[in-house]
Amino acid sequence: MTVHIPGALRSYTKQKSEVAAEGQTLTEVVSALNCRYPGLRFRIITEQDTIRPHIRIFVNEEQVRDLSVALQPDDQIQIICALSGG
Amino acid sequence: MPGARKATSPQLATGSVSLLIGTRKGAFILGADRTRRTWKLSAPMFLGHIVHHLMLDPRDRRTMLMAASTGHLGPTIFCSTDLGKTWKEAKTPPAFPKTPEAQNGRVVDHVFWLTPGHPIEPGLWYAGTSPQGLFRSNDGGVTWKPFSYINDDPQYREWMGTVQDGTPDGPKLHSILIDPRDPRHLYFAMSGGGVHESVDGGRTFAPMINGLETVEGFDAANVTFHDPHCVRLCPTNPDRLYQQNHCGIYRMDRAEGRWIRIGKNMPKKVGDIGFPMVLHPRDADTAWVFPMDGSTVWPRVSPGGKPAAYVTRNGGKAWTRQDKGFPRANAWWTVKRQAMTADVHEPVGLYLGTTSGEVWASRTGGTNWTCLARHLPEIYSVEAAEL
Repeated sequence: MTVHIPGALRSYTKQKSEVAAEGQTLTEVVSALNCRYPGLRFRIITEQDTIRPHIRIFVNEEQVRDLSVALQPDDQIQIICALSGG
Repeated sequence: MPGARKATSPQLATGSVSLLIGTRKGAFILGADRTRRTWKLSAPMFLGHIVHHLMLDPRDRRTMLMAASTGHLGPTIFCSTDLGKTWKEAKTPPAFPKTPEAQNGRVVDHVFWLTPGHPIEPGLWYAGTSPQGLFRSNDGGVTWKPFSYINDDPQYREWMGTVQDGTPDGPKLHSILIDPRDPRHLYFAMSGGGVHESVDGGRTFAPMINGLETVEGFDAANVTFHDPHCVRLCPTNPDRLYQQNHCGIYRMDRAEGRWIRIGKNMPKKVGDIGFPMVLHPRDADTAWVFPMDGSTVWPRVSPGGKPAAYVTRNGGKAWTRQDKGFPRANAWWTVKRQAMTADVHEPVGLYLGTTSGEVWASRTGGTNWTCLARHLPEIYSVEAAEL
């Protein structure tokens, strides 16, 4: 499946805006990404396995809050930095 | 309490000073020549990152650690082994343990404080976080683990309170101090949650709040209600501590075992509220503070819009105003707890960064101040490094 990477995380993906990843769940996909791009996971997922407050994850344009959600091989995943800050 | 041996005086420095500056929008290095008269500002590092602390390892003078986060992304630590030319991210940044039920587990919001370990422990670093957590790295900041038992101890968790009880920018563990005579003798402070000491390398800690005052109406015997802003240990007399607290300025001589409110000797119109506390590297009787307006809703600006440092040269018996060079009026900024520091030159150089993004310096122990840089982002920390 394809994961769309926000600008704030592209220092991890060598500036790639889209990367391919595999996994049965969002947890597995994020772990796979972290293996390839060390450090990425902790910037978006807390040590309590929750999505950080200003991060949103969409699967096929639907927001997902539960990392255990099941995924299909052709799913499109978007990691979004929510509008916030100043 | 270790106390039989005298500490070694920090060597008088003659080299060049660099200021390591952490800001709300990245880090900067402001480097001086040997005279400390000519300064050059670096390009921003990690522009856009919130940098709470940037520290040089004085043991090798090459390693730097940076506590960083962004508005969106989680907290991390960046490490450099070439004086900031290149950086690598920590493999495992400070994080609380995963709890069985995620809702009850704590989450590190940001790393707030970095302290290099004792000189005989190369590669060892301590970190304090918000919410209050104490962490340690044994490999130069690459991997971090919770240190000691306090992060999960029920009594300490009660003293820490909740995020709701903390300061507006989150409750913090800070002022991690190491006795230069003994690496097992440690202190840390919490805003809020008091000052704590270990004499056994962190196996146990005990509160040290005797003599500290609290906000009116709160029980001074309750550790929860104590809010130390910045605690410093005298390099030449480690049995003497100074503290800028939410409720005044204090000194403790360990033999007395009690904090003395030396801020009562400050001018009444200025008061003794503020954040930073800076000590002379070679004279345990000399210390500086930078008072702010802590009245009514806590404006956190210089009292009356007239910034000034205050120095004591007799352990807090008397204070002298040092405002020469600062704006005479309408300067509505102040200095955060990590944003004022001293070098180890003679005369001592003092440096501070303001909430309005200015860096000020005095090459003469505070008698004259000069602005070194303007228009930086809000400054969170300034450390003087001998490179």
